[in-house]
Amino acid sequence: MFGTAIIVFREVLEASIIIGIIAAATRNIAGSRLWLVAGLLAGLSGAGMVAVFTDVIGALASGLGQEIMNASVLGIAVLMLAWHNIWMSSHGAALAANARSAGCEIRDGRRACSVLFLIVGLAVLREGSETVLFLYGIAASESGGRSSMMVGGLIGMSLGIAVGYTIYAGLLRVSLRWFFSTTSVLVLMLAAGMASQAAHFLIQADLLPGLAAPLWDTSSALPQNGLPGMLLHSLIGYDARPAGMQLVFFVAVLLAITLGMKWAARSQRVTAQS
Amino acid sequence: MKKFFLITLLFPFAVLAADTDYTLVIKDHRFQPNELTVPSGKKLTLLIENQDATPEEFESHALNREKMIAAGGSVKLYIGPLDSGSYTFGGEFHEATAKGTIIVR
Repeated sequence: MFGTAIIVFREVLEASIIIGIIAAATRNIAGSRLWLVAGLLAGLSGAGMVAVFTDVIGALASGLGQEIMNASVLGIAVLMLAWHNIWMSSHGAALAANARSAGCEIRDGRRACSVLFLIVGLAVLREGSETVLFLYGIAASESGGRSSMMVGGLIGMSLGIAVGYTIYAGLLRVSLRWFFSTTSVLVLMLAAGMASQAAHFLIQADLLPGLAAPLWDTSSALPQNGLPGMLLHSLIGYDARPAGMQLVFFVAVLLAITLGMKWAARSQRVTAQS
Repeated sequence: MKKFFLITLLFPFAVLAADTDYTLVIKDHRFQPNELTVPSGKKLTLLIENQDATPEEFESHALNREKMIAAGGSVKLYIGPLDSGSYTFGGEFHEATAKGTIIVR
């Protein structure tokens, strides 16, 4: 039961953290909650589909379908997070003033809200399919103790959701002055971490060179299966033994989004002045 | 001349074929073999066949690899080039039994 709880916790954690941060970051966008829930539901049904077709997906692209799918899902999520952060930095003032002009009902806002839908949906899709497969495996096994393992799964899931909720609640307590910079740094880190994970899958599929693998080894100081390692993995894509290419992706995305945010904030200021 | 071209054309494939494949079988939530000795400094293909009726996730933090394997399915993944040493791997869904080591010499 304990082992099951840990596995499910690990799978749920990442999606939960992403949703917690995004939900906090968009709290002032009118109507964003609805889109978040819709994304969650779409992600869950997508996860079910992916789980059912694991074998088919795995066999695509001569056995590398899984890596390509994971890398694509991560890649799209990185783009959406980047777009979200750049959009937020040009609408920050309006959102802080709780202005209605930044809601889902306006044209520009609707695009921002469908991006939320995608971010949440993709996060749940990727992590959810593994949870579904694992729980299915338990349900299908003939061995005893099935119900206690299911209970373990529920405990793990609740704990994972609790972490995401704690992050959400914690972020809401951050003073308005620091709120935007805090959430945008977190979203930036999520995006860079996901880019690193996408690189990881492309290296595994031999579609990208690893470049100096491993770049470092911190598996004894900060193991990836310990709680701090797991949290860092979800937040910034921490790997105890990363390939050099992963760091290249991390830094490239970090720089690209930062520049985009700077540019968006500046062009907004110029428009406001004129 | 024609023959020569054909040989040159086939050469890359011959090189590819020389890449060493290693096979792991998952049965009763255990890896067979649970110890694999491979050469260092080479890129290798690992074929994993799951003969169980439940899915498994191959996971190795040491190798920085993870991959789902459907019930009755098989997958391949690339590892290396590796330095000599021993690298542990396991099946995340059955951690108690699905364990193994890759020894690089």
